[in-house]
Amino acid sequence: MAKSNKPIFWGPFAAGGTITAFVTPVLVLLTLFAALGFVPSLLTYEHLHAFAANWLGKLVIFGVILLSLWHAAHRLRVTVHDLGVRADGMVAIVVYFIASLGTVATLFYLLRI
Amino acid sequence: MSERQIQLEVLRYNPETDSEPRFQTYSVPCLNEWVVLDALNYVKDNLDTTLSYRWSCHMAVCGSCGMMVNGEPKLACKAFIHEYGDQIRVEPLANFPIERDLVTVVEDFIAKLASVKPYLIPKEDKPVSAGEFKQTPAQLLTFKQYTLCINCMLCYAACPQYGLVPEFIGPAAIALAHRYNQDSRDGGRDERQEVIASHEGVWECSFVGACSEVCPKHVDPAGALQQVKVASTIDWYKEHLMPWVKK
Amino acid sequence: MSRKPYIREISKTNWFFSQPRYMRYMAREVTCIFILVYTILLVFALKNLAQGPEAYAEFLEALNSPLGILFNLAALVAAVYHSTSWFNVTPQAMPIQRGEEFVPGNIIVGAHYGGWVVISLIVLFLGV
Repeated sequence: MAKSNKPIFWGPFAAGGTITAFVTPVLVLLTLFAALGFVPSLLTYEHLHAFAANWLGKLVIFGVILLSLWHAAHRLRVTVHDLGVRADGMVAIVVYFIASLGTVATLFYLLRI
Repeated sequence: MSERQIQLEVLRYNPETDSEPRFQTYSVPCLNEWVVLDALNYVKDNLDTTLSYRWSCHMAVCGSCGMMVNGEPKLACKAFIHEYGDQIRVEPLANFPIERDLVTVVEDFIAKLASVKPYLIPKEDKPVSAGEFKQTPAQLLTFKQYTLCINCMLCYAACPQYGLVPEFIGPAAIALAHRYNQDSRDGGRDERQEVIASHEGVWECSFVGACSEVCPKHVDPAGALQQVKVASTIDWYKEHLMPWVKK
Repeated sequence: MSRKPYIREISKTNWFFSQPRYMRYMAREVTCIFILVYTILLVFALKNLAQGPEAYAEFLEALNSPLGILFNLAALVAAVYHSTSWFNVTPQAMPIQRGEEFVPGNIIVGAHYGGWVVISLIVLFLGV
């Protein structure tokens, strides 16, 4: 039996699960306010732009998005298996491709701010 | 002593005559302090001598009488009649092939258990004259709960991943591997990792947690498997990103 | 005497309906769909933010819709369920042993909930 390479993905999954557990609910609360028409001050263009223009802000945004993406992607891979789809290799490629695309896009947009 | 008439529905399967299992109902006069195993023994002694099931100690130590009681993996000797209604459905442990009636085929589990080397592999051989291997209470505590496992296989019957992917080494075997890995006297972790850090090992687990919920000895295999995942992940990153760090 | 073991088939697609604990597990697992879509939403917010004030205003306008409200409400429920299910099992995955005793599980869980509340309050305080 060969040792599995799952740890590559499980590491970010576990780290991401922890970070999303701590921050995602309150972030959703902020965007929910915005969706209801009461845009919180952090989500106004000036404040969010200033936050993302700062290197520390960029790092925080990148860290949260990166880990959330890879957490969700890996869990989705397992969930698809649990729902009865047995093409795990194909599923892995699709979900990790989505996560990679999101990661690159985040990096790209952050560097343009 | 109060007595209650219980309708005991038992899944029967005779490999010589049946093409598939069927339920047979026995009406059993049960004393209130009885367990499901007592009811089965009553059937065997008084109503139907052909009923087959495994049991030995009648005190939750031997781990032989595991079966599904109303759909939940239970030791029949620890499933008290007073906790159930007047109808109790008994089936062989889920996720295992049925040999006959309530008797399951357990070779798969036994082979998996053996594959993880669940015994001390001392770091160094030393002669008896060199004295005992000493261990502090704190070192003992790191693995003590896992020593309570009685190999009853309830956790395998509860684990949906084992049911879906029979190659999965499963909760009890990996928890026992973890037990020896945690033991300060043991030096066999590298050998066990070859088995439990494989795809069929800990990585088939998705932390449903059912194994720990059904364990009659309050062992926490789900916790052990997550700890093995964390340790295996640290191993992997060390091995691939910092190959100069020797183990 | 020859053996003829009987194998009970398990449905690969709806096994989780058989027990409440499997349903709770699947509920926990599907939270990832909301986390994933929400994170992609954040990436789009970032894209519009990088394109300037007009584009960002368009993003906020699109968010301010029945679909935006509905999705955020659903994502909130999913995110909270993820957080509680994640924190509740931390003592199993990361037990802490101090000398000859384990730190009680409810202290580890409680510390996580405490941290969650503090972080949420800080973000709300700075963000609203």
